[in-house]
Formats: sequence, C-alpha cells, structure tokens
Amino acid sequence: MKLSKYSQFAGIALAGALALTACGSDQAVSPENQQAAGNVDCVDGGGTLSGAGASSQENAMAAWKASWEGACAESIVQYDSVGSGAGREQFINGAVTFAGSDAALDEQETQAATERCNGSEVVNLPAYIAPIAVAFNLEGIDSLNLSPEVIAQIFNQEITNWNDDAIAELNPDADLPDQKIIPVNRADESGTTENFVAYLSEAAGDAWPHEVSGNWPIEPVEAAQGSSGVVQAVESGQGTITYVDASHVGELGTAAVGVGDEFVEYSPEAAAAIVDASDPREGNTENDHAIDLNYTTDESGVYPIVLVSYEIACMQYQEQKDAQLVKSFLNYVVSEEGQQAAAKEAGSAPISDQTREDLLGTIEQISAGS
Amino acid sequence: MTTTDSSTTAEVPKGRRRLGDIAFANTARGAGLLILAILAGVAIFLVVQSLSSLTANEANFFTSTEWSPESGPGDAVRFGVASLAFGTVLAAAIALVLATPVAIGIALFIVYYAPRRLAALLGYLVDLLAAIPSVVYGLWGLVYLVDQLQPIYRFLAAYLGWIPLFAGPVSTTGRTMLSAGIVLAVMILPIITAMSRDVFAQVPQAHREAALALGATRWEMIRTAVLPFGRPGVIGGAMLGMGRALGETMAVAMILSPSIAISFNLLQSGNQTIAAHIALQYPEATGTGVSALIAIGLVLFAITLVVNMAARFVVSRRKEFTE
Amino acid sequence: MTTTTQRTASGSSGEGPRTENQGFYTRQLPKYFPAALLAICAVVVSAVFALLGAFHPVPVAVVAALLYLVAITVSSAVIENSRRAKDRLVTGIVYCCFAIAVVPLVSLLSTVVVYGLERFNLYFLSVSMNGVIPSMDAGGVYHAIVGTLVITGLATLISVPIGLMTAIYVVEYGRGRLKQAITFFVDVMTGIPSIVAGLFVVALWMMVFGPGQTNGLAGAVALSVLMIPVVVRSSEEMLRLVPNELREASYALGVPKWLTIVKVVLPTAVAGLTTGIILALARVIGETAPLILTAGMASTRIQANPLDGDMMTLPVFIYQQVGNLGLSAEAGAYAEERAWAAALTLILVVMLLFLTARLVSRFFSPNSRG
Repeated sequence: MKLSKYSQFAGIALAGALALTACGSDQAVSPENQQAAGNVDCVDGGGTLSGAGASSQENAMAAWKASWEGACAESIVQYDSVGSGAGREQFINGAVTFAGSDAALDEQETQAATERCNGSEVVNLPAYIAPIAVAFNLEGIDSLNLSPEVIAQIFNQEITNWNDDAIAELNPDADLPDQKIIPVNRADESGTTENFVAYLSEAAGDAWPHEVSGNWPIEPVEAAQGSSGVVQAVESGQGTITYVDASHVGELGTAAVGVGDEFVEYSPEAAAAIVDASDPREGNTENDHAIDLNYTTDESGVYPIVLVSYEIACMQYQEQKDAQLVKSFLNYVVSEEGQQAAAKEAGSAPISDQTREDLLGTIEQISAGS
Repeated sequence: MTTTDSSTTAEVPKGRRRLGDIAFANTARGAGLLILAILAGVAIFLVVQSLSSLTANEANFFTSTEWSPESGPGDAVRFGVASLAFGTVLAAAIALVLATPVAIGIALFIVYYAPRRLAALLGYLVDLLAAIPSVVYGLWGLVYLVDQLQPIYRFLAAYLGWIPLFAGPVSTTGRTMLSAGIVLAVMILPIITAMSRDVFAQVPQAHREAALALGATRWEMIRTAVLPFGRPGVIGGAMLGMGRALGETMAVAMILSPSIAISFNLLQSGNQTIAAHIALQYPEATGTGVSALIAIGLVLFAITLVVNMAARFVVSRRKEFTE
Repeated sequence: MTTTTQRTASGSSGEGPRTENQGFYTRQLPKYFPAALLAICAVVVSAVFALLGAFHPVPVAVVAALLYLVAITVSSAVIENSRRAKDRLVTGIVYCCFAIAVVPLVSLLSTVVVYGLERFNLYFLSVSMNGVIPSMDAGGVYHAIVGTLVITGLATLISVPIGLMTAIYVVEYGRGRLKQAITFFVDVMTGIPSIVAGLFVVALWMMVFGPGQTNGLAGAVALSVLMIPVVVRSSEEMLRLVPNELREASYALGVPKWLTIVKVVLPTAVAGLTTGIILALARVIGETAPLILTAGMASTRIQANPLDGDMMTLPVFIYQQVGNLGLSAEAGAYAEERAWAAALTLILVVMLLFLTARLVSRFFSPNSRG
C-alpha cells in the first residue's frame, strides 16, 4: 500500500515534468519582430557555424547572430565569449571555425594557425570598432577638453582636483568645482584597459610611465568589475572619472580628447576614422588586415582611443560547408546593415566604406580545398 | 528478482554467508570507499592540474600578490595566492564576527525565550535563510542592499574613521568587503544557529533546574549552566559557518568590487576572495590561467578542509565528553 | 524538534520555579511593563524623528530598540534589583537578535517577490532566450528550467545510489576504522566549497576529454559531489530510526540480511529517506559556481541533451543577466527584470521542493512510528 501510494506520487511528479517539457518553445521572439537581415547570401541547407573569443563583441555578436539566423533558414551561429586569448587558442586548435579577438594573431600564433587553415593564409579582419570614452561625473558639466598628458596625469593620480590649473587651462569656459578627482579603473583584465593604457603610453609620453597590459598597472583609488561596474561606480560618486566602452556611457559627461591642435568628441565616424588613419601592421600577408593603431595621429576629426576587435578566419577551409558559412556570415557582419545593427545594439562604430571594401575583397576569396 | 532471492534463501544453509549477502555488503562497502576515493580524487586531480602553472610560475606562489598567470609575448607567468587568501580570510572573519553573537542570541531565544508553541516555527524561519540560493543573495545584495548600507558606511567613515578599518573615503558603489561580509554573515547565521540550538537544548535539565532552584535569574542560569555546557558546540558551529563563508562564491563575486591587493580598509573597494576570483576569471582563462585557478582552488580546499576537520573534531570531542 | 520537548523549567518571564515569596525580597515590574515600555519607546522615537523630518523605519527601529534596552535596564535596576536588570537587558538583546535574523529574510523575500512579479508570467516561463538580443524586451527562462531539471535530475541519479548504499554500509554493516573514516570524511565532504567541486570536475574532464569541454553531465557530476554527503547524512539518520526489533524479527524468520534491508528496513524508512533526498536536492538546485565552470554560460536555446555542449540553468541564468545589468539603460533594465523574475522562479522551485518534502514525510510515514 505504502509503495503503491508512493509510486502514484512519483507518477504525478513525472507527469508534471513531462507536461512542462511539452509547453516551452525556442520562439522567444515572434517572427514579425525578428531581426532578419535583408540582404544576405545564405548557404543552401544551412549549418552550424561555431566561433569563440572576445567578450567585447558579445552584444554585437548577439545582434549579428539574431539577424543572420533570422534571414537564413537552418543556419546557426554559436559564439562563446570565452575571452580573446581562449578564442584564439580554440581557433588554432581547430575547435571553432572563426575567432573574435581584441588582438590580432601574433607571428607565432599565425604560424601555428596555418596548419589548422589547410596551409593557407590566416586573416585578421577589423570588423568591430568600439570607441572608448573618458567619462566623468561632474555636476553641470557635460564635456571637457582633455589632452592626453592631462588624462594620463589624472589617472596617474598626479592631478587630484578638478580645479587644477592644467584642466582649467584647457577649459577656459567651464566652471570647474573644487572637488577631489576619483579615478575608477577596471578591476578585471580587459581589452578596454589594454587599449586605453596603450593609448596613454604612446600619446602621453612621459606622463604615463607604466607598462602596457590588460591589467591596470597602478594601485587603484576605486576599482570595479566589468564595464557596468565602473559605470555604476562613476554614476554613484561625484568627481569620478573612468575610461569605458562608449556604449556604456549613458548620461555621463565625456571628454573631448586632444588630437594634434584640436579636441575631438567621440563619435562613431571619428572612431572609425582611426582605422583608415593607421598603418597596416608590418609583415602582414597579402589579405591580412591587422593594423597598428596610430594613437599619436594628428589628422583632423579622428578619435584615437578605440578598441579594435578582429574576426579571425582562414582563407581556406577543409570543409566546403565551413567556408561557405564563414563567408556568408562575415559578409553580413561587415556589410553596412550588419555594422548598423551592431552600432544600434552595442554602440560600436560602423567601419568606414574604405575598410569595408578591403574586407569584402578578402572575404570573397575564402574558399575550401583539400 | 524476488523469486530467485527466495530460492537462495531456501537452498543455502543457515550460518553461512549467502551470495546475495556478500554481493550486497560489498556494494555497500564499495559505495563508502567510492566516497573516500572521490575526496582523494578531488585532491589528486587538483594537484595534478595545478602543476603546469606552478612550475611555470616565476613569482612565489604563497607570497606574491600579482596575478598574471597567462604567458604572452614578453609576459612572464607570475601569480600568487597571498592577497586572495587574505581576502578570503578577511571576508570570513567579518562574517564570523557579525554572525556568531547574533546566532547565539537566536539559539537562546528559540530554546529558552520564545513562546513554546512558536519555537519550532521560528526555528524553521531561520532555517529558511539557509534554503535561499546564494546567487539570489548576490542579486539582492548587489541591487538592493548595498544602496541601503551606503548611509551607514558614511556614518562609520565620519565618526569612526580614525579606526583604519573604517577610514574614508567611502566607496561610491558600496560594493565593499564589508557589504560582502554582511551578506556572508546572513548566509552563515542559520548554520551557527542550528548547531548552537542543538547543544543548548541538550543541556541536562538537572543543571538548569539546580541553577534556578538556587534563585538564579534566567540569564544567570544561562550563564552558569547553559553557556559553559554549550561552548564546544557553539565553537564547532562557528567553525562550520566559517568553512561555509570561506568557500562561498557567488555572493562575493556579485557584490564585491574587487582588486587583487591587500587592504584593511573595509569601506573601499578592494581585496578579493579565492572562490569569487575563480568564478570571475574562469570563463576567460586559458592554458596556465586555468591551471593557476585550479592551484588557488587547491589552497581554498586545503583551508576549508582544515577548518572543517577542526570543527568536526571539536564537536565530536564534546559528544564523547557528554555521553 | 528536540528544542520543544526538552525545555521545561524556563517558561516564565523571569525566574525559575515560580516562588510565591519573591515579593518579599524585591518589588517586581508588572508583566505588561516591557511591552508597554517598548511601545512608548517606539512612539517617542518616531515622534522625535518625524519632528526632525527624517522619518525612516530603519533608524527609528534601531534607536527605539536601543532606547528600550536602556530604559528597561534602568527601570528594572531602580524598581527591582541589579541582577534582575541584567536579566531583563539580556532578554531584550536576545529578542533583538531574533529580529535581526528576520529582517534580511523578510527584506530579501519581499524584494524578490516585488521585483520578480514584474516579468513573471507564462510567456517568461515558456520561452527560451533564443534570438533575443539584449535590447529586446523579450525572452524567457524555459531553457534554464529544462537545464536545471536535467542536471539536478542526473545529479540525483548519481548521488542517491551512492549515498544510500554508503548510509546502509555505515548503519548496517560498518564497523571499526573504515566506518569511522567514512563517517568523518562524509562530514568533511559536506564542507567542500562548491567552487572546488566545480574545479574538480574541470580537472577531471580536462584529463579525460581535453580542455574547454563544458556540458550538462559535467555539471551533474559536480553537483553530485556536493549532494552525496548530504544524502548520506540524512539517510544515515533515517536508517538509525528503524527499530532493531523489526530487523531481529526478520532475521528470526530466516530472511537473509540483505533482503531484510531491502524488504524491511528501507520500506520502513522510505518517507524519511525521500524527504532527505528532496532536501538535498533543494540544497544543490541553487548552486551556481560549479555550473558556471562545468556547464557553461553560452546556451540560449532549449537543450535537453546533457552531452551536447553548454546547458543553461536557473541560477546561472540569474548570474548571466546580472552581468548584463550595466549595458545600455534599456537592455540593463530588461536584464535586471529577467534576473529578478528568474530569482523568483528559483525560490518558488526551492519552496516547492520543501513543501513536497514536508508532504512526503507527513503522508508516507509508516503508522507504526510514534
């Protein structure tokens, strides 16, 4: 009796679980609201394209994935944001078909990847450009002119008050308060930190004597985890300043950064312009588009603090399907529509037409072979 | 199955071990041994997988406060556990200092003060605290609690700022070691309470009544009869709670705004615990990075193992003593 | 349980055995005095705060409680004596301790319910996050519910046989060193930090399957490491409760020991065993850290195969949404709502398990046990 009562009970539980599994769906977004890309060269029969890498691209990737999958039946992109380093490693191991990375493959990695690429060329495609804003929270002030040296001194804790002469000199019209400056930095290792520090060490010269790496090099005044963490820290304090992925800035004030003789506010066009103003990396192979960011450019209208993230792919894949899927997806990613979708979702800067033309030329040649 | 079994019973003479018996007993023993094997396996696998980073490490693992475990171009593998271990112990210490007195109070309340009919229900209420998943504690702490704590922190910094622990300026986010410690304290409260409650309830009635018969007030009875008797249990409970606080991951990972440095200041962002560091770094770690995380996990395992074994020892010694 | 049965002598408000002649030695405060005093303190403090224009429940409660403690001590010291005063002070403090424990519980549950209800509906429960990009006001938690069910179900399948057999060994067979060692190490094992259990499986999987392999099965194994000792402990207690007379009666009929255990001991204890297992399940169902390491965070679609890549679970879903808090204003707000609603779902699941455990122990316990 006991046992039968017991099995009844188990039966009810099992039936409940089964009923639950029957009623769910993957259709979270109704078809008419789905982001479907208009103009995509789909692969017949679809397939699964796997990628991994930088978390900076995560939100852009979500947008690209949704639109591309919406346009192409049976096609799936899996992008694991495991970090740039892990993404490159998985790409080289052949675990994923493409990688997203905040840094291009270096010489050693390129060599290692050649084998994975069927002996063909490995290419870095700068398809995701994210401006890094210098954002601050000062009551009544939306914008300040800051030269690279001043930014470096602020983050190096040498300029400690907002009414310091160095800042006042650059901003004769601003009503600078007598307030302590609280610099906030990323506590975790990040591509944002690496690019910002790289910018400071090149553009600010002696004012920033620290090594370049993804970790913040000095004892922090205030630190926070992730982009959202630093923005939260800046928003809830007064006199705070940080560097952050521009998509997170929100209501905060931002700095117009000194470039040559002028001060440039960050804008998508200004940020994308740095790619054109920079030189290709030395030793690039024919189709490789890796660049050496030119932080010290004095070209007009260029916003120099950016994070450029690459899509890394092979020129030749073993499997026909892989080649087709990569080609179709990357074609969409660099297309105007794809770049706009990413800009809307992730606040990135759409690449310039010049860059797009170069990239499309390369993607066109991706092929399969034995 | 039943049919074959009964036939065995009939055939095999009594007194001898039967086949079914031997098989069953060995399965049971095997399960017990498997548990020992799992525990040993945890230690062995962690050691094996941590070796690759420990051998590549150019800094002293136990004293360094650096953290860059992945080699890159011109970037040596350098990492150490010192500041993380410090943060782990600091967070657990805060939690323990805050939770133990309150837990003793709650245990006394439930056993000796609460209306008798309500006692079981109130005990259940405290146990509910243990049932809430840590990620929910983290969410609550991050989105709700830290904002509520900010005024208190400013108060502390303004009036107690001369104590180095509370020196200002207060972190603008409130995501500090003290916030993490407070949430940890809430999480370990039910553990210490349950343990203390058990021993307080076991105080021999004769002791208590003797004290009361001498005219002691309730507090005097508790002080003279209950607390001395219950001390090992409370200590054991506190150590179990500490073990939990040392290993708690999500609440700290979500609330604390970390930095890998040793700081005694509880009101500024800083410090990091081993467990939270693993959870935050693991998704983006590769190669020696993963191995380094496993290495600090091993340190955490060793610390909690020692604390837990000590706690069990204290508790079991009390049992022998009273039985 | 023991708490209620054993306390006998301490029900009264002050002293032990109620002695009629107490009045000879000291005057006594009337019984209603503490309650009245507390009410007066509360009113006075709220009035003062209201007059100062700074009424806020938390400081009012704190100050009122402190004022009460001082007032009761002083009045008792004046009217009664110093020993009584101390006793009343401690009584007050002990009540405060309990209040301190209830405050976070109420606060947490109420925030989860209030915020969680904003998005908690049938749509949320029945769709996955497939095709949802962060800025979309869409998406649900269905895939996480499925993942939670599959992973915890597998964990139960692994840990119950091992845990139960170990308990049987310890209670029915074990003797000597081995039994002591097992009991001791099971106790120690309950204290393994969950993240270490996750790392263990990571290390194990790395050796067996190579790096970077995350799937549902790995998550289930990690949860088993945490669940087994809990199952052993509770089963042990339940098996010990089975009266020895039952076993002896069975042996007397010539039933072999193992059949006695299977046919007599286990059925007698089945209610308690089930309750213990459900409570163990409730403990591990909210585990997050080991699953981040072993089951990954990348899954957005419904996935019921524990061997096929990342698998989302409810706690990890909450953590993942919290990671999106700081995106743009909109996306962050949606993520926060999703996190709260998922937290509400998770707490409801846990409470449901608790309720089931209670029901099982109430309806299925054998009548023979008193």
